[in-house]
Amino acid sequence: MSIIEIKNVTKTFDEKKSNIHALSDISLSVEEGEIFGVIGLSGAGKSTLVRCMNLLEKPTAGEVWVDGKNLITLSSKDLRLMRREIGMIFQHFNLLMQRNVLDNVCFPMEIAGVKKREARERAMNYLRIVGLEEKAKAYPVQLSGGQKQRVAIARTLASNPRIILCDEATSALDPQTTGTILSLLKKINQEYGITIVVITHEMRVVEEICDRVAVLDKGTLAEIGKVREVFDHPKSNAAKSLLLERKIEQLGVNTADGI
Amino acid sequence: MPNLGIEVLFKGTNMARLLGGLWVSLRISLIAVGFSVLLGIPLGIIMTAKSKVIKAFTRLYLEVVRVMPQMVLLFIVFFGTTRIFGWNLNAELASVIVFTFWGTAEMADLVRGAFISIPKHQYESAKALGMNSLHVFLFVILPQTIRRLLPLSINLVTRMIKTTSLVMMIGVVEVLKVGQQIIEANRTSSPNAAFGVYGTVFLLYFIGCWPISMLSKYLEKKWSNT
Repeated sequence: MSIIEIKNVTKTFDEKKSNIHALSDISLSVEEGEIFGVIGLSGAGKSTLVRCMNLLEKPTAGEVWVDGKNLITLSSKDLRLMRREIGMIFQHFNLLMQRNVLDNVCFPMEIAGVKKREARERAMNYLRIVGLEEKAKAYPVQLSGGQKQRVAIARTLASNPRIILCDEATSALDPQTTGTILSLLKKINQEYGITIVVITHEMRVVEEICDRVAVLDKGTLAEIGKVREVFDHPKSNAAKSLLLERKIEQLGVNTADGI
Repeated sequence: MPNLGIEVLFKGTNMARLLGGLWVSLRISLIAVGFSVLLGIPLGIIMTAKSKVIKAFTRLYLEVVRVMPQMVLLFIVFFGTTRIFGWNLNAELASVIVFTFWGTAEMADLVRGAFISIPKHQYESAKALGMNSLHVFLFVILPQTIRRLLPLSINLVTRMIKTTSLVMMIGVVEVLKVGQQIIEANRTSSPNAAFGVYGTVFLLYFIGCWPISMLSKYLEKKWSNT
């Protein structure tokens, strides 16, 4: 069953001089329980697409269905409740710097009206899942990038989401840390059945964890399919150039290892 | 050792008069600071609006305040309004008006700057957590704004306190003016009084502003990494 359905979504930004078509007539669906990748070069419209999935950006035209509900027709209150089912993590983690790790994880539960004691117990549990329970009292400045992203993941889990959207979640991290965050996402997907949508410009991310992938090119859907199929037999120019980039990158890594 | 002329301060009620003058300075600046904060915060929020008309007006206001020397403003309000409108403002009220006019503009600009320095993704992630706009503002944006704002606005307070020395030009008898009067009155008996009295005035300003300035520095340092 599709948990997210994007139907003919177009998004235009009105700028002073010209209109920018960030997305034009995109349709795709994400199946429940899968890890779905959206890849493209910068400016391809990936971030706009993922923001349409929880309506942080309102599409200019088209429909966004999540879990059988059309987000665009929901009242703002229902939309907020719906957003709790759609977690999101960002490139820059966006933790509250004045609160320690535990309080950051408790934060969405506080807002949702969960009792403090219960919130703390649950938060500790989420911190255990992401492997950071010993850092509960630390402040974000004392953490590494990878650790901050783990806290952000724990905070997202606190709203009991059915979907997690990842907007370039590993782009600010080094390759090794990226690997650990990706395996954490995979674990969350497998153990809790949470659907994950990953937005990235790194082919490696898609290769490592995604089941299916959509390739975006200048606001249009260039290609969509199983990761292996798309990467082994790319049809679109966008997919081909991403593949080429990946090869060059791998070559660079191998040479560096050789020395 | 030359006579520093400090002894005049211990004659009669001179020291008490000087402290009284200091109180006048502080009173003017603190009342003006209070109004500036009250008016500047909402104005700063208004300044973040996208409307071009609002932008043009607030921009003009800000530029006027920045370009115009405070003393000229004092003269316009104190002397100018008497001729043109026939208002008889007392000097202290005129001072409060001018300093509020100035402080509000500076405060609003600081507030505006603090708000727009909060990155867009802070709003986005808060919304993605299912928060409504009020919660986003109160629990996510406001605390971060205050952290950025507080050190800067404390800095503004010290600038306002020391600039109140200008109000003697329109006849307000504040600490500097009292000092002058004491020097004048003791011209023959203590010719060196200028050094001692102005030195004391300097110390009084220093005692008033330095702790505030230190507080600002401390907060800035404490919060700089967040």
